[in-house]
Amino acid sequence: MCAVSEFFAYLVRLGDDRLVLGHRLSEWCGHGPILEEDIALTNIALDLVGQANLLLQRAGEIEGEGRDQDALAFLREVTDYRNALMLELPNGDFGFTIARQFLFSTFALHQWDALTRAKDDDLAGIAAKAVKETRYHVRHSADWMLRLGDGTEESHTRAQRALDELSPYVAEFFDTDNVERAVVKDGLGVDSSSLEKAWRADVSDVLTRATLELRAAPFAQRGGRSGKHTEHLGHMLTEMQSLPRAYPGAKW
Amino acid sequence: MVERQPRAVSPEPRADREGVLAVLDTVKDPEVPALSIVELGIVRDVEMDGDRVTVVVTPTYSGCPAMKVIEDDILAALNDAGVHGARIKTIYSPAWTTDWISDAAREKLRAYGIAPPGQSDSSGGLVTLTRRRAAVQCPFCGSLDTRHTSEFGSTSCKALHVCNDCTQPFEEFKAI
Repeated sequence: MCAVSEFFAYLVRLGDDRLVLGHRLSEWCGHGPILEEDIALTNIALDLVGQANLLLQRAGEIEGEGRDQDALAFLREVTDYRNALMLELPNGDFGFTIARQFLFSTFALHQWDALTRAKDDDLAGIAAKAVKETRYHVRHSADWMLRLGDGTEESHTRAQRALDELSPYVAEFFDTDNVERAVVKDGLGVDSSSLEKAWRADVSDVLTRATLELRAAPFAQRGGRSGKHTEHLGHMLTEMQSLPRAYPGAKW
Repeated sequence: MVERQPRAVSPEPRADREGVLAVLDTVKDPEVPALSIVELGIVRDVEMDGDRVTVVVTPTYSGCPAMKVIEDDILAALNDAGVHGARIKTIYSPAWTTDWISDAAREKLRAYGIAPPGQSDSSGGLVTLTRRRAAVQCPFCGSLDTRHTSEFGSTSCKALHVCNDCTQPFEEFKAI
């Protein structure tokens, strides 16, 4: 069996991806371009934070040092976070938020689907639940990619610009490392690189119909999986963690 | 002689499984008050261990914000029925599905103004990028001439539609 620390690290990165993107989406609350989208983005945020809650809870159990999901979410420093860099970028305009959501949700769908077969009943159970939710996230953002890409000149320009800005961050989704190799060997995780082909097929299917293109990036931005983040995550965590840090042990 | 009746008629503690389930069937979902938590399939089991009652529940969505309220409501309803010290156990597997909602409960949803869910997508297909869903029937006038306006409604579990015939906006309980 792989070391406890590797499965813990794996669960934390799965949880951090969702917690960080979920928090970003929650920043749209009250700022959506139309009421339905305000509600949709915050509903997706709720799903992602809910998934993160379960993943970090399981991570805490595996670690066995008494940290629960709140301790992991609110009392870790920015360098302890293991999310992919794309997910911590500021929201930008609606087109950027939707393009990122489309790229990530499609990745997450394949990842969750594979994780339903994980040899950890808790993780497999979380995945079985999350895969259903993620199907709606993909459908929502894919619909919008079609409308923005094949919409007005302005919406097309902005959607394409968003994809160009996001493309350097795509490669990190599919990186594999020692943590991942260890959990994959024991059937506790999925090899991210194995998801890329199906992901590219799904993404290009939608983008082609949306008259958009995910162009190859001239360079790749990576570092989130080893705690090397953009300047944006620290600012985000400062806000997200402010209450539990100012009032340790605060309860509703 | 007048026989004295007990003044306060408190329900007898019925700490049998059926009795507990009957009490739970009076607890409404706070976000869909047309249905009880038993009808929705949130209550998965009732475990009896001597006098100790454990209610096994599962959330509809991972981030369902109503779970805390539901747990409080369960304990309050059981307390009122004389079942004290019950525990709540939350499980995530098997994942909740709208297929657990009975036909009778679907009819209640429709009468309440929410279109009931269709069949859940169990095809195993990964990306259903384009909607190939059947038209959703308006719960108010029964028309099938409706249009989908948003994948998300007032809660994660609902989508928004508008009826082209009676012009009424309505929510649909999403199949999941």
